[in-house]
Amino acid sequence: MGNLNLILPEIFISLSIMFLLIFGVFKKDCSKLIFNLSLFILLIATIITFNETFSISRITMFNESVIIDYMSSFMKIITLIGGFLVLIISTSYLKTFKLLNIEYPILILSSILGMMIMISSNDLIVFYMGLELQSLGLYVLATYNRDQLKSSEAGLKYFVLSALSSGLLLYGCSLIYGFSGSTNFNVIANQLNSNEYALTFGIVFILVGLAFKISAVPFHMWAPDVYEGSPTTVTLFFTMVPKIAALTVFIRFLYVPFLNLLDQWQMIIIFLSIASMLFGAIAAIGQTNLKRLIAYSSIGHIGYTLAGLATASNEGIQSSIIYISIYIVMNLALFSCLLMLRRKDQYFEDIDDLSGLSRNHPLLSLCLLVILFSLAGIPPLAGFFAKFYIFKSVLEQSMFFLAIVGLLSTVVAAFYYLRIIKIIYFDKEKEKYDNDHSLSLKLSLTVSTILILLYFIFPSQLIEVVSRISII
Amino acid sequence: MMNFPILTSLILLPTIGALFLFFTSDKAGNNLTIKYVALFTSIVNFLISIYLWISFDQSTSSFQFIEDRIWIKGFINYKVGVDGISILFIILTTFITPLCIISVNNSVKNRLRDFLIAILIMESFMIGVFCALDLVVFYLFFEAGLIPMFLIIGIWGGTRRVYSAFKFFLYTLLGSVLMLVAIISIYWISGTTDVIQLYEIGIDVKYQNLLWLAFFSSFAVKTPMWPVHTWLPDAHVEAPTAGSVLLAAILLKMAGYGFIRFSLGLFPVASEIFTPLIYVLSVIAIIFTSLIALMQEDMKKLIAYSSVAHMGFVTLGIFTLQQQGIEGSIVQMISHGLVSAALFLTVGVVYDRMHSRLISTYGGLVSVIPKYSILFMIFALASLGLPGTSGFIGEFLILMGAFKDNFLVAVIASLGVILGAAYMLWLYKRVVFGKLINEDLKKILDLNRSEFFILSCLAVPILFFGFYPDPLIKTIEVSVTDLINMNKINLVSK
Repeated sequence: MGNLNLILPEIFISLSIMFLLIFGVFKKDCSKLIFNLSLFILLIATIITFNETFSISRITMFNESVIIDYMSSFMKIITLIGGFLVLIISTSYLKTFKLLNIEYPILILSSILGMMIMISSNDLIVFYMGLELQSLGLYVLATYNRDQLKSSEAGLKYFVLSALSSGLLLYGCSLIYGFSGSTNFNVIANQLNSNEYALTFGIVFILVGLAFKISAVPFHMWAPDVYEGSPTTVTLFFTMVPKIAALTVFIRFLYVPFLNLLDQWQMIIIFLSIASMLFGAIAAIGQTNLKRLIAYSSIGHIGYTLAGLATASNEGIQSSIIYISIYIVMNLALFSCLLMLRRKDQYFEDIDDLSGLSRNHPLLSLCLLVILFSLAGIPPLAGFFAKFYIFKSVLEQSMFFLAIVGLLSTVVAAFYYLRIIKIIYFDKEKEKYDNDHSLSLKLSLTVSTILILLYFIFPSQLIEVVSRISII
Repeated sequence: MMNFPILTSLILLPTIGALFLFFTSDKAGNNLTIKYVALFTSIVNFLISIYLWISFDQSTSSFQFIEDRIWIKGFINYKVGVDGISILFIILTTFITPLCIISVNNSVKNRLRDFLIAILIMESFMIGVFCALDLVVFYLFFEAGLIPMFLIIGIWGGTRRVYSAFKFFLYTLLGSVLMLVAIISIYWISGTTDVIQLYEIGIDVKYQNLLWLAFFSSFAVKTPMWPVHTWLPDAHVEAPTAGSVLLAAILLKMAGYGFIRFSLGLFPVASEIFTPLIYVLSVIAIIFTSLIALMQEDMKKLIAYSSVAHMGFVTLGIFTLQQQGIEGSIVQMISHGLVSAALFLTVGVVYDRMHSRLISTYGGLVSVIPKYSILFMIFALASLGLPGTSGFIGEFLILMGAFKDNFLVAVIASLGVILGAAYMLWLYKRVVFGKLINEDLKKILDLNRSEFFILSCLAVPILFFGFYPDPLIKTIEVSVTDLINMNKINLVSK
C-alpha cells in the first residue's frame, strides 16, 4: 500500500476541488474568493510536493501503478508553479471579458490534478485516467468564452480531434496489453522483447496519440486554431502546462516500457522532431496573428524537445527537461507582454498591433526584444542555453543530421522572430496602449525577463537539479 | 595587482556604463550628459587596455592575464586571456569605440541614449570575442554581437535598413550555427573546449576537415569572403556612420582573428589541405571586388567593397603560414581597422552636410574644405597601401609571405594592389578635385573641432605605424612564431 503522504498533493487538490465546488454553489458572488483560494491551494500543493517527495529517488505504490521519482516530483512542481502563474496573471483579462467565474480556477485545478496523475503514472490505466481528466478540463477551458464563435470552435475542434487521438492511444494500449499481458510499465518492459509487427503498431498508435497531445508535426493541426480561438489566458495555459505532463509521459513511455524496442521508435521520434522543427519554423513566417504565431513557434520548440528524447540517453532526457523549463519561462514572459496590449478594455493580438511599440512603451518593447531573441536562441540569453544543451546531447550520440537540421531551422525561425522585432522597433508607431496593468502581470513579466536575461550568469543551478533525473 | 581581473573588467565596464545610461532619462536636453557618460566609460576602458599593453610581457608566447572560473560545472569554464595577437585587437576595439561615440553628433537624430547603449554593449561583446579562451565562451560573444548590430542598422539606418539588417543577421547566423555544431563536436571528441588544452592535445586528424569547414563557414561569412560577401555592402550603406565604423573596423576582424586562433591553431592538418581553397577565394575577392569597387557610384559602397578586397589580402596572408604572411595579416587588420573607420567617418562628414553619398554629388571639394581634403588624402593613400602608411606594411608583408609560398597567387594578388590604387585615387579625384559644379557645395563647412579631432586621432597611428611598425610587430612576433612552430610540429607528427 505504501505511504499515502507521497500522493498527498493529489489528495489535497482533489479534496480542495470538491470543497471549492460546494462552496461556490452555496455562496453567491464568491468568484474572487475562490480564485484566491485556488492560488493558495496550488501554493500549498507545491510546498507539499517539495517537502514530501523531492528527495525520493524512486518509490512505486498501489501495486506499482504509481511511481514517485525525481522526474515526477520535478515535473509536478513545475506544473503546479506553472498553473499558479497562469492563474495569477489571468485575473484582469478574465475580468475584462466577464469570465471571472468560479468554474475557471476549478477547471484549471482539475486539469492540473489530471496532469499530476499522468506524471506519476506507471500503468496504462492510471495514465489514461489522468490524461482524460486533464483533457476534460481543457476542452471546457478552450470554449470558455462561449459568447465568441471562435472560442466555441476552438473547443469543439479540440474535443473532436483529441477524442480521436485518445481512441488511437487506447487502441495502442490494448495492443500492448495483448502482447504483454499487463498494463504495468515495468512488466511490459520485461515482456516486450519480440519484434512482432503488431507490437510495432501498438507503439506507433501510442506515439501518435502522445504526439497529438504535445502537438508535434504531423499531428499539430489543432494547435493553431485552438490557440487562436481560446481566451488568451487559456492559450497561455495550453502552451505551458499540459506540455510538461505530456512530455513526462512521453519520456516514461519511451524509456520504461519501450526501452527494449529502441530501434522501433527512435526513427519515429527523429522524424517527429525534424518535422516539427522545420514546419514550426516555416509555417510561422506567414502568420499575422500573434497567438497563431506562438502556436507554430511552440510546435517548433516541441521539435527541439523531442530531439533530446530521440537520443536515448539520460543527458538527452535532462536536456529536454531543461528545454521545456526554460521554454515555459519564455512563454510566460511572452504572454505577459501579450496581455499588456490592451486599450480601453480591448485586447490586441495581431502582429501589426505591435507596430512601433518601442516609441510609446520602451520598457515593454525591451522585454519583448529579450524574449524574442531568447526564443530565437541567440546567446547569451536563456533560449540559447536550452538549445545548446539539446544539441550537446544530440551530438554526443553522433546524430549529426538531426543537429544540423535543428540548427538550420533555428535560422529560419530567427527570421520570424526578427520580423516581430522589426515591427516593434523599426516601424511607425500606433496609438498608445493602457499602462495600468495589474501588479502580478508586471511582476511576472519583469521576473521572467530578468531570468531569461541573466540566466547565463548561473547556468549550473538548473542543471544540477535536473541532473538528478535519470530514467535509464 | 596581478590578481585583479583586468580582462573581465575590460569586458564588463562598457556594459556597466550602458546599464548606467539605461537608468538615465533620454530627454533631448540630457543628450550631452548621456554622451559624456558613454565617452567617459569608453575612454576609461581604453586607458585600461593601454595599461594592459604596457604590462604585457612581449617575450613569451603563452597566454597572459588568464582568468579561469567554473561556469557550467564539469563542462565549460569561463576562461579569458590574451596573447600577442589578441591584445592588439582589444586595443583597436577600445580605441575605435570612443571615436565612434564622439562621432555620433549629427548622424543619430533620435534615441541617442539607446544608440550609445547599443554601442557600449557591442564593445563588451567585441572585447569578449578577442579574449575568450574557451570555444563556447567565444561563440557566445561572437553571436551575441549580432543583437546590438542588428538594432543599430535597423533602427538608425538608412532607407533600406530593414532589408540590410535582416540580411546581416541571417547570413551571419547561418554561418555560425555550423560552428556551434563543430564546437560541441570538439567537446565530445577531445573532452574539452578549453583552447589552451586543445592546443596541447590537438584534435584527431580524421575529424579535422569537417570541423575546419564548419568554422570556415562562420568566419567566411563574417570576414566576408567572396561569394558570401554580399551582406557587407548592404549593411555598410544602410548603417549609420558609427555603425559602419564598428562593423568595418572591428566586427570583420573577429573572423580574421578566428582564422588565426582557431582554424590555424586547432586544425593544422586541415588548414594545410584547404589552403588552395582559401587562396582561390582570396584572390577572387581581391581582384573581383576591386573591379566592382571601381564601378560604384556610392562612396560607402565603394569603401565596403574595398574592405572585402582588403580582407582578401588578410585571409591570403594568414594561410601562407609564413611568419611574414601572418604578421602582415595582423598588421593589415589593424591598419584596415583604422583606415576603413577613418574613410567611413570622412564619408560621414560630407554626408551629414550634403545628405548624399553619391560620388557625382561632389567634386572640387579641395577649394572649399582644404582640411578635410588633406585628411581624406592621407586615408585614401593609406587604403591603397602607399609606403609610409600602415596599409603598406601590411600588404607588403602579406605579399612577401605569399611569394615564399606560392608565386602565382602572389603575382595575381599584387595586381590587386594596382586596382586598389585605381579605385581609391579615382574616388579621391572625383570627390576632391575637379571643377566645383554643384552650387550647394560652395556653402559646405570644413571640419569642426570634434570631427578634426577624430580624424587626426586616426591619422596619427596610421602614419606612425607606417613609419615605425615595430611596436606592432614586436607584440605579435613571438606569438606568431610559436603558432607557426606548433603548426609545423603538428604537421610533421601527423
